[in-house]
Amino acid sequence: MISVMAVVLCLLTLCTRPILAQDTAAAPTDAIAPPSKLIAKDHDNDAGTAIDLEWTLSPDDQPQRKPRVVVGYQVFRSLADGMERVSLESLTPGTVKFTDRSCKYGAAYLYEVVAVGSGNRDSEPARLAQPVRAVRQWFDASRVWFGVIVLIVCGCVIGFTEIVKAGRGTHVRAIAGLKAIEEAAGRATEMGRPCLFVPGLRDMNEISTVAGINVLSHVARIAAEYDATIEVPTCRSLVMTAARETVQAAYIAAGRPEAFNDDRISYITDEQFAYVAWMTGYMVREKPAACFYMGTFFAESLILAETGNSIGAIQIAGTSQAAQLPFFVAACDYTLIGEELFAASAYLSGEPQQLGSLKGQDAGKALAAALLIAGCLLATETSLLPKTTQFAQALDYLTNSILR
Amino acid sequence: MLKSTFPWLIVAVTGCVMIAAFFVPPLAEWKNEAGAWFEILAAMAFVVGGANLFAQHLKKISARRAGWGYSAVTLFSFVVTLVVGLFKVGVIGEDPNYPWAGHYQAEGSALWWLYQFAYQPLIGTMFALLAFYVASAAFRAFRAKNTEATMLLTAAFIVLLGRTYAGTWLTSAVPDDYSALTFPGMTAIILGVFNTAGQRAIMIGIALGVAATSLKVLLGVDRSYLGSDGD
Repeated sequence: MISVMAVVLCLLTLCTRPILAQDTAAAPTDAIAPPSKLIAKDHDNDAGTAIDLEWTLSPDDQPQRKPRVVVGYQVFRSLADGMERVSLESLTPGTVKFTDRSCKYGAAYLYEVVAVGSGNRDSEPARLAQPVRAVRQWFDASRVWFGVIVLIVCGCVIGFTEIVKAGRGTHVRAIAGLKAIEEAAGRATEMGRPCLFVPGLRDMNEISTVAGINVLSHVARIAAEYDATIEVPTCRSLVMTAARETVQAAYIAAGRPEAFNDDRISYITDEQFAYVAWMTGYMVREKPAACFYMGTFFAESLILAETGNSIGAIQIAGTSQAAQLPFFVAACDYTLIGEELFAASAYLSGEPQQLGSLKGQDAGKALAAALLIAGCLLATETSLLPKTTQFAQALDYLTNSILR
Repeated sequence: MLKSTFPWLIVAVTGCVMIAAFFVPPLAEWKNEAGAWFEILAAMAFVVGGANLFAQHLKKISARRAGWGYSAVTLFSFVVTLVVGLFKVGVIGEDPNYPWAGHYQAEGSALWWLYQFAYQPLIGTMFALLAFYVASAAFRAFRAKNTEATMLLTAAFIVLLGRTYAGTWLTSAVPDDYSALTFPGMTAIILGVFNTAGQRAIMIGIALGVAATSLKVLLGVDRSYLGSDGD
């Protein structure tokens, strides 16, 4: 019996040995191979506060190995003398690039990248041999073409403004929505009802709000001349202040300063739908004869325009939000589409220097059309002649450099 | 002179700084400074707006003008919200020695309760109205009165159908080589080609309009938004 037990124990010992040996081999005691070829260079087109790092992955960073040996990378930075060593970022496995955007201009830095393994095992760091400094660029070279296009468009606007100011007339096509402003104000006077002007939801730092307030100036002047009242509820305090100044100036220009009532230009609320609730309530109660929507609008555009439609008001709208234009087109009598909102002030004022700016915009459109045609031709040639690399290169330059 | 010229000078200088900051990286910080100044101005204007709101509604209530009850509700809500927000009513700080240190919108506070159970449902109600307005506007816009309206109606019909299961099912027999003739295929073409082309044309026009208006503002060609020069 004892001999049988001894044999069994011997067999068990023999079978267990290799298993234990395998376990010992798989234990996480091996060092993790470090990342290599760490290079650092100045980040382009910045104020000298960023450095780009690039390295080669640790040989142990292999996604197919389960569980993963390398679970991430840690980037460290210190000054050239080795002082102020800080951990910058923990990165995911497979990452080979990092931009340090927290550099001080002029300071020289050393970087280290460590592969981090499971169980807090870190590799030896990949180190930079020489310290690196961020360099300041005084011009963002990636925006050269944008600058050129801006200069051409602005040059055209200024040039045509000077030409028109010099007495050479310019033809401006009739914009139905703007011609209807006088009709709307006249209708409001006849009906003894107010005109409602809504300058949109955004503040004065939005150029479409400025365009809307410029239109308000002309609408208020016409309303003052016709002795119609104008109501301007605003959802930004600064817009209220600007609208008051504008409307007061319009009443003074119309020779009726005594008719100006600043109570009619009021602040309602900053909140979108609370503003809409006030407006729709006002429309239903007061039934304004004419409603003007000029500025930036979002989801409330249709609620306002449909309410105005239901009370039978003449409605004229203009917005820079292309997504809201279909709603205004569906519910309003006249809609200023695209650049017409921005052209409205020039059109209504009739001032030569402002009309000249419209001609400048046309030159900008011609430039845009030329670039579009060039792009279409290049794309067509590239698809028809895939072996001719010049077209593909030109198309790439056009899309990624000029129009980027 | 000062009333419109001085503000225009501020606008022109700030505008030039913003343009310079866009092209000159070391000046990028100036852009943030200008933005901070605008925020300060907007915050001060908020007090002006609040005072205006209070004055307007008080006038309406004291004169018993039509709808003065709504003004009373507005003022009551305004004051209650202001008080519970400023005094952090119901806010429990993590440190009992400094109960005011908690966040004014902390869960369980009075302001949080007002936002969750009064303000949110009201906003949701207003937004829900949009569905009915879309239906009434679509009904009016899609009447086939002329050729253009008929084309619009047809395009809308295809797009609406192409976005539903019915559209996929109705044209499921069309071979894959002719997938452009299915409702989803036609929808993709209408949205990706015709609609995108139109939208981009409008966007280019808007961008040029913004550039020209900005330039007029910077050069002081159009100062309508600043009021008159008379002091």
